[in-house]
Amino acid sequence: MLSAGPWRTIEAAAISIGAIVVALVVYGIFIALNGIDPIAVYRVLYLGAFGTLFSLEATLTLAAPLMLTALCTAIPARAGLLVIGGEGALVIGGLAAVLAGVSAGGIPRYLGTVLVLLAGALAGGAWIAFAGALRLWRGVNETISTLLLNYIAIALLNHLISGPIRDFGETLKATSWSIPAPFRIGTLPYLNVHWGLAFGIVSCVVLWFVMRRTTFGFAVAVLGGNIRAAQLAGLATARLSLAACIIGGAAAGLAGAIEIVAVHGAASESLVVGFGYGGILIAFLARQNPLAIIPVAILVGGISASGGLLQRRFDMPGAATAVLQGCIFITVLAGNTLYGRWRPSRA
Amino acid sequence: MDLTSITRRSMLTSTGNIVAASALAPLFARRAGAAVTPITVGFIYAATRQDYGWNQAHAVAARKIAQLEGVKLVEQEKVPETAEVEKVMEGMIKLDNCKVLFPTSFGFWPFIQKIASQYPDVLFVHAGGLWKEGDAKNTIGYRGYMEEPHYLCGIAAGRMTKTGKLGFIGSKPLYFIFNNCNGFILGARSVRPDATCQVAITGDWDNPVKEAETVNGLVDQGADVIVANVDSPKVAIETAERRGVYSCGYHTDLSALAPNGFLTGAEWNWAKGGDFVKAWQTGGSYPNLYRGGFKREMVAISPFGKAVPEPVRAEVDKARQALTDDSLKLYKGPLRDNEGNVVLKEGEVISNEDNAFKVNVKFLVEGAIGRTGLK
Amino acid sequence: MNELELGWWGVLIAVIGGAIRISTPYLFVSLGETLTEKSGRVNLGLEGTLVMGAMSGFAVAYLTGSPWLGVVAAGIAGSSLGLLHAAVCNLPRVNDIAVGIALFLFGTGLAMFLGKPFIAPRGPRLPSLELGSWSAYPSVRAALEINALFIVGLILAPVLYWGLRHTRWGLVLRTVGDSADAAHALGYSIERVRTLATMAGGFLAGVGGSFLSLYYPGNWNEGLSSGQGLMAVALVIFARWNPLSCFWVSLLFGGAGALGPALQSVGIAQGYYLFNAAPYVLTLIILTWSSSTRHRLIGAPSELTINR
Repeated sequence: MLSAGPWRTIEAAAISIGAIVVALVVYGIFIALNGIDPIAVYRVLYLGAFGTLFSLEATLTLAAPLMLTALCTAIPARAGLLVIGGEGALVIGGLAAVLAGVSAGGIPRYLGTVLVLLAGALAGGAWIAFAGALRLWRGVNETISTLLLNYIAIALLNHLISGPIRDFGETLKATSWSIPAPFRIGTLPYLNVHWGLAFGIVSCVVLWFVMRRTTFGFAVAVLGGNIRAAQLAGLATARLSLAACIIGGAAAGLAGAIEIVAVHGAASESLVVGFGYGGILIAFLARQNPLAIIPVAILVGGISASGGLLQRRFDMPGAATAVLQGCIFITVLAGNTLYGRWRPSRA
Repeated sequence: MDLTSITRRSMLTSTGNIVAASALAPLFARRAGAAVTPITVGFIYAATRQDYGWNQAHAVAARKIAQLEGVKLVEQEKVPETAEVEKVMEGMIKLDNCKVLFPTSFGFWPFIQKIASQYPDVLFVHAGGLWKEGDAKNTIGYRGYMEEPHYLCGIAAGRMTKTGKLGFIGSKPLYFIFNNCNGFILGARSVRPDATCQVAITGDWDNPVKEAETVNGLVDQGADVIVANVDSPKVAIETAERRGVYSCGYHTDLSALAPNGFLTGAEWNWAKGGDFVKAWQTGGSYPNLYRGGFKREMVAISPFGKAVPEPVRAEVDKARQALTDDSLKLYKGPLRDNEGNVVLKEGEVISNEDNAFKVNVKFLVEGAIGRTGLK
Repeated sequence: MNELELGWWGVLIAVIGGAIRISTPYLFVSLGETLTEKSGRVNLGLEGTLVMGAMSGFAVAYLTGSPWLGVVAAGIAGSSLGLLHAAVCNLPRVNDIAVGIALFLFGTGLAMFLGKPFIAPRGPRLPSLELGSWSAYPSVRAALEINALFIVGLILAPVLYWGLRHTRWGLVLRTVGDSADAAHALGYSIERVRTLATMAGGFLAGVGGSFLSLYYPGNWNEGLSSGQGLMAVALVIFARWNPLSCFWVSLLFGGAGALGPALQSVGIAQGYYLFNAAPYVLTLIILTWSSSTRHRLIGAPSELTINR
């Protein structure tokens, strides 16, 4: 019979997939109640997400930032912290990226790109680390503090792009100064998707390795399992918690910086599109496992990517995909209760 | 409304002497074509279609265009003015097989230019007369001169006002807002020479709270006809109706919002874009830049509200006819601005299609209370 | 009468009027969340509940012509979402904070989806008490126009306070929230109490949402709410789970929210967005100041997951 390890993975995958199927069925009923053929909707969901090369590219373009913001929830979760500040960290990362890029005018292009990305990651890491510190030294619940920090980050963004760092040449929309063009990064070979996808996948793989195969990762897991046990074992729990927060925040901050260098070139309200909140869903669906985040982000990205097509084909509102994602989130969380119910028989 | 196709002859005769002056000669693209082929047309909105404003005007036009023979319509709303619109346009082209796209928000233009050359068999029609030499040949910029229907609203306002005080709310200090304002005042003073108009600029394309408060402020100061040049005049008109004053609409037909106080309104006639669709379908010719007022069927006025009596309606209709056959000119001398300077001397007349003049309007005509803030 | 002559008095008047207006949704959502958290559950999905309440309230009011029916419908919608939250959280090993976030996303999306046909039309409005009709200044009149829901909340807060302390229901609720073991021993069904408390909380949150669409700003559109539901959770902590304090803190938050637009009207337009951030920063500061690692937040129900 299977030993516990692979069995747990199969169980996890089966329950997650089962949850998605249930959510799709519930969604289908919801769609039918609104007078639209659910089978047609499923087909269009597939078409818009994976059905053509163009759809696949759109999906991957959306999945790239989602992988990183999912890490912002997944990594601290392994340390026992429930952080939902991906949206704020992404925004702060984007702002830091713009400021770094604009101040580093004359340096060589690859160096400039690295600098900008690094600035974003560091700023994001600091942002979430702040929440982690509040938790460690004042006992402030990190879910609430990161939530508040999300709104503060967005307000800061709006303030800066309407005045202090605004590019007044753009008359129609509040936009910041643009980073120098040589710092921008382009698309992958063969695929019309920007390099952010590579960053996302690499980050997930690296962090999976760190969290599962290194001493640090193991220590964090112990901390996440039982803080008292970790303390008894002599682990530096404060430093581990902070480290987890910094890593998670850095991932989301990197996502923000990538949005700047690969997509927009400048900061504007287009940074606030819900990548952070989508990342929370992905982290839970992937059971906080960085490797599982990759396919899950592609799935969730695919749903978002097909939103436009759903609108055009069925005249459904843009929120149609948000309802589906919400359904999946709820069924996944409810499915959590099924873990451990089935055990391999050892007769 | 009948949509006539543009032929080369009608293009040349109607554009008159402006064409020679500006560098923007209409280009005539020829495509090898057959009869009326089925064609899918895509409309992209930056906000919701039902905004009782800019986007609704385009949605109304989209429905009219969808009535044309062989035309299938797809629409997508809430597309931001960022790189995302490129993905949406490409999605419409690749997945929905659209051959004509109407990205209706002003800020979509740079993204249109970016991808137009990759899709030479797709026509991109943009609401904003930004096309210039060197831009992609399969793109069109079109726009209406809204100062003309504002003039007609002004006539109605001038006749209906009891206090002689009007109120004009503008979003941003831009030339087309000032032209509209001037048109409104000139129309009002053509029937009531002592009419004045308080001008307030909110600074935002869309700020319902500010717009409501501005209306209240204007009405408190005695204005009894309100017109609001903002992305969605819904809040302004509803506030005016609640205060019991008259109102004029903008963008699209807003008469339903103010059953008692609505006079008429300045509407776009974006449905004229159907001509471009037809041209693309049949391989006919089309201009890359098309701007005009009533004569070129780019603007319209809303149906009259029940408050407007028959003699006023007749007067407005007569003026409309005069604009359509170009016998009535908006800017003509003697004309002073509201700071006493002479803008046009006796005998000087500006053509209704003089775009260069209009882009440089930085003044408000006599009768306006307020400043453009530009000089 | 020139409005500008009011100057800084005008700002004060605007802040007072705005505080009353803007605090009403906060008041209802925080009262509802107080009930939920007293039973030992956190419902972060109240933002989604608020938006659903706003949408359904407007829809029903528009279709029936009665704003009060809209309020009731909003409450029912809210309690349905509360029931969903409770049902999922009642399952073993489910994290109620995560469920709250899921409901936030689901509720918001659902409201946007179902509410699309109702974006354009105008709807009926809730009545208000015109306490300022003596004044010649329109802004004073506007500030003293106290809406009916605020008055309902004004009465509800002390009623809830009294109810929690002096009735059997209140005792049951508090027992379940403070000690699951004690509740078990006394034979109370923890699931049932928490479900009812979450439903009640959802009802009030829905009503709070209906205020946004039926009074101020008074229509349904996207972006109607900007985190009021989430802030209410912080507000409850700030108010130490005391319904009376909820009332005053809501007014405080409402005033903070009104400060920005009020200053704008006298020409101070800089930093408008920073004013928007003020309530969140305030909450964070208060949370930091009043929390400690050594003991739980004073007054917090012991079973609350956010305390552990």
